[in-house]
Parts: sequence; structure tokens; C-alpha cells
Amino acid sequence: MSNLFDLLVAGLATGAIYALVAVGFTLLWQTSQTINFAQGEFVMLPAFLMLAAMHAGAPFWLAIILGILLSMILLGLAFKMLLVDPMMRHGVLPLAIATMALAIGIKEAVKQFFSAEASPFPSIVPTGDISILGHAVSLQSIGVLVVAILAVFGLTTLLNRTSLGHQMQAAAQNPTVARIIGVPVERMILLTFLINAFLVALASLLITPIYLAKFSSGEVLGQAAFIAAIVGGFNQVRGAIAGGLLIGVLDNLAAAYISTQYRAAVPMIFLIAVILLRPQGLLGRAEERTV
Amino acid sequence: MKSTLLVGALLTAITTTGAFAQAIKLADVAELSGGGATVGTNWKNGIDLAIEEINAKGGVLGRKLEVTHADSQSNPGVARAQVQKALDAEPYVLLGPGYSGSVKVTAPLAAEAGITQIMGGEAAELTQAGNKFLFRTSFGQQSSMPKVAKYIHDDMKAKSVAVVWVNNDFGRGGRDVVIKELERLGSKVVADLSTEAGQADFAADVGKIKAANPDAVFVYLNEEESARILKELKRQGVTAPLMGETTLIGQKVIELAGDAANGARGHVGLTTDAPVDLIKGFRDRFSKKYNYVPDHNGLKGYLAVYMVKATTEKMGKVDSKAFADTLHGLTIKAADEPGILMDVTFDANGDIDRQSFLVEVVEGKQVVKQVLPKMK
Repeated sequence: MSNLFDLLVAGLATGAIYALVAVGFTLLWQTSQTINFAQGEFVMLPAFLMLAAMHAGAPFWLAIILGILLSMILLGLAFKMLLVDPMMRHGVLPLAIATMALAIGIKEAVKQFFSAEASPFPSIVPTGDISILGHAVSLQSIGVLVVAILAVFGLTTLLNRTSLGHQMQAAAQNPTVARIIGVPVERMILLTFLINAFLVALASLLITPIYLAKFSSGEVLGQAAFIAAIVGGFNQVRGAIAGGLLIGVLDNLAAAYISTQYRAAVPMIFLIAVILLRPQGLLGRAEERTV
Repeated sequence: MKSTLLVGALLTAITTTGAFAQAIKLADVAELSGGGATVGTNWKNGIDLAIEEINAKGGVLGRKLEVTHADSQSNPGVARAQVQKALDAEPYVLLGPGYSGSVKVTAPLAAEAGITQIMGGEAAELTQAGNKFLFRTSFGQQSSMPKVAKYIHDDMKAKSVAVVWVNNDFGRGGRDVVIKELERLGSKVVADLSTEAGQADFAADVGKIKAANPDAVFVYLNEEESARILKELKRQGVTAPLMGETTLIGQKVIELAGDAANGARGHVGLTTDAPVDLIKGFRDRFSKKYNYVPDHNGLKGYLAVYMVKATTEKMGKVDSKAFADTLHGLTIKAADEPGILMDVTFDANGDIDRQSFLVEVVEGKQVVKQVLPKMK
């Protein structure tokens, strides 16, 4: 039983990070129909930006700020202006393929300029345990969970309770009408790209101390976040959150109770089941397309 | 004037080519990227350092050494293609790869070509297939695992042991030997956990270890995964003593795992912290050249080149066909060839006999706790 509790906590902590990445995924899809297959690499890169800042002599806190800012410029602004905008007019599929190419490009660039080897990355949460309901739970897991929940809570508050959030939602739901009523749609789309870049930088900060900074670490994360987004519902932020947590817990329980060798298969089987039985995702809305 | 320049340039080209033709060509195929990048990079740097030293002192039998490096990407399939390419260039000796799985698929190619292969793999089965051209630079699992099992049973006094291993040739080979030995000695294996190469999340595996509540944990993974599981073991508060091999307590693992590596113990065939003056000298020269402290793979690469030198000088000629025969049964003494660092004997299978060490990580440093003598 204590084992199950530990697994749930660890699974929720990993799942919360998947959720952050998956939320970014759905945001980009909703506002600009961008399926970003480089999302995993977007999580890998900020850690290296922070490491580079530290190598240049910056203290950890400054490196975090610089890393997040640089991520927002590179993975938000530059990504939108240099890749998404020019490719968008060719349709969703060419854009998706371009993001795949971008993923390879980022990976190879990090390998070339940094190293193919893994590097250690400092944790923002101190190591140690606290006792919850008589169970020793690691501070790191709790820290990851708290930061991720705060980020998601902040985002949903922004989207649902502020005028800016309402404008973003309007821009996502019906850009034409939004434009007519005076919503600066282009700026709202750019804002979602910046939010996505912020979320992946945050995820990078939380996951890299555990996974280590490595050029290839985005592959696993990108895949997990993609599955989480589809399972939860590609067109719903709350779906992505639920999907992320679910995949994190499922992965850990599968490794413990089914088989370590088949742990990667279980979320995939779950994904196929969801696509077959509830294609819009667990919390998603069915979308109708007309021609 | 123009024609004089042209003749001069041609002459230079001809003489340079002449000098290259005289060089002894070695081919290296190593894990320069992918999961084994730590292994391959250290191995490659060790080779380059040894060649630089040997060439600075006039080479081998008056001829310079020259090496080409190819990247196996830590993938046996790529390793096979790279080795085939390297063999097509007819090298004197083939160096690498470091991963047992890659050695397994490339050894038949080198044997068929009649080229000696000096490699870094440690899986027990590699030298048991009757290949007469394959040589180790470190202990095989059949030599090291009995020492590990004996230490877990006698010194750690563990009656129950959890064994965590990586599901590849290296991990499976070690797991099979150590479990057999542990059971023979009377220690019970209470958890037998396979993990995947490149695995990032060890929460569930450590959860299982915790549930099994063993007296000791034997960890047999590659370097990066070792670092991740050490962190997770610490995160989940597992207090059972940890025992492993070189891959658990290597420099890179200590760097990656930080505090979490403290207290981990391992049997090490080669370590740059060994209380041996020649090894200390190697460590200093390596650190000076590359700005980091090498792990045992740096030593392996370095030794591989000095094995080539000592064997060739023993033969008194550069003869790739007679190389393997000469190295079988050869004892190289550090007093005669300081580059070999410690006295070493090669048996008929290409396995080695050498002294080894029991190491513990204390405050982020490898500390040698015991020196285990050469077997014969």
C-alpha cells in the first residue's frame, strides 16, 4: 500500500510536467492550428540555455530568468515569426512536418554545440523528505507538483477570469468574429506562443534535474505530452492537464504492476483505446468540420 | 618560377604521402554519441593521448601510429557498418567498440578479416565464442562478478539482495553471473528488475526495490541510467547499501548524480584513483589535455594502444596476421612498458588477469577501500 502511495506521488509529479507540456501543445493547436512535434525538444532546450548562462558565470537564479526569457524569444517569438507564419499558409500538414524538421535541428544543434553526453542540472527544490499521512514523500516530488499546479492554475485564471484571457479564447474560437469586435487576433496568437514557451521552460526547469540535461531527452517528453494531449482532449486545456496526470500515473503503475519492459506500451494501448472509443479525448469536445 | 613552385608542391605531396604510408594505421569505432557517449568519448580521448605520447617518443619500431575514429552512435547496427568500413581500409588493429552488444555483432567481421580487435566490452560471453582475434582491455563479467557476489555476501553480510540490471547484452550477462554466484553463496535475490537502456524515470523500479526491502542493492546499469537511479534511490529514501561495478561509481556518474552517489560501492578493474603511481601519472596527463578527470573507459582506450605497442615490439615487426597469436599468453610488465600501467596477462581467450580495486564514493570522490590482487 505504501508502495502504491509512493508510485502515485511520483506518477503525479511526472504527470504534472507532462501536463505543462501538453497544455502548451493544445494552446498552439487551438489558436493557430499548429501541431508542434518539436514540443519535446522545446522542453530540452531551455535547460541547455540555463546551463550555458551558468557556464558564462551567471548564478542559478539569474540563469533561470535568462533561460526563460531566451526561451520566450527563441521558442515563442522566433518560432512563430520564422517558422509558423511562413509555413501556415501552406496548411496544417506542411507545418507539422516543418516542426519535425525543427525538432531534429534543435537536437543536432545541442549535440554539436554542447555535447552528446548528459550533464547534471541543479534542482530548484532541495532534496529531503516530508511526512504526509505517515508516508515519507520527497520534497522534490512535492515541489514539482506544486510549481506545476500553480502554473496551470495561473494559466486557467488568465484564460477564464481576465479580459486578456477572454480575448485569447475569442481569437481561438472564431478569429473572424473576434477581429470584427476589435480583438487583436495576431497579438493574441503571439501571446499563446509566448505562454507555450514559458510553460516548456518551466517544465524544463522541473524535469531536467531528474532526467539530466541531454540532447535526446525531449523525445520521451514530446511523445508523452502528445499522448497526454490526445487522451485528454486536444481542444481543451483541462483535458491536457488531466491527460498529463493520467499518463504519468499510468506509466508508473504499469512499470510497477505489469512489466518494466512493457511500460512504454501501456500508454500507447490506452491511446489507441481512447482514439477508438472516444476520439475527441476524455474531456474534449467533438469538433465538426464543414466545407 | 611557376613551374618550380609546382614541382615543389608535388614533391611535398609525394613525401607527405610517403610518410603516411609508413605510419601504422589503427581504426577505432566507438560510442561517440547516443547513450554510450560517455564511454566512447573517454575511450577515444585515451587512444588519442596514448598515440600522441608514443609518436612523440618516435613511434613503434620507428613508425608513427595513426588512428581514424568512427561513431557507432551506441547502436550495434551502426557499429557493424562502421567496423566493416574500417576493416575495408585494412587497419593493423581494430580498436573498440565499448558496448558489449556492438562488440558481439562486430567481432565476427574482424575475425573473418583476420584483424585483431581490442575492445572495451565486458559481457562474459564475448570471449567464450572461440574468437581468436578478440581481446579485452578490462575484466570480463566472469572474472568480476564472482568478486562482487563474494563482497556482497561476506563483507556487506547481505542475506537478501535486489538486482537491477539494464536489458541489453552487458546487463543480462552480468545479471546472470551475479545471481548464480549470489545464490551459490546463500544470499537470496528478492527482486530481479530489468530496466531499459536510456530509461529516464526510475520511480517505479525504486518503488519495487523499496517494497522488497533488501539488505543490499546490486545496480548494474550504464552510466547515465546509474546516475538517474542513484538520484531516485535517494529521492525515495532507500537506505540499503548499494553495490555495483565500474558503471555505478564512475567519474561521470558521480558528476551527474552529485550527492546521491555518496556511499555507493563498486568493484573496479580500472580506476584513475587507484593507488598506483603510473595511473596517477596517466590521470594527470589526461586531465591536463582534456580538462576533465577520465573514467575507466579513458584508461581502457589508453591501454588498448599500449597493448598494440608492446605486442608489436615483442614481435619485432608490424605483422597484423601474427599479432593475435603473440598477444595470447603474453604478460606485459609495467616495469618494461610503463604505458601498460599495471602488470597484465592475456589468456588464450583474450581475457585478462590483473589486480583490481574495491571503491566507495565518499563525498563525491572515488576512494579505494581494498586492492584485490592478480589471480595468478
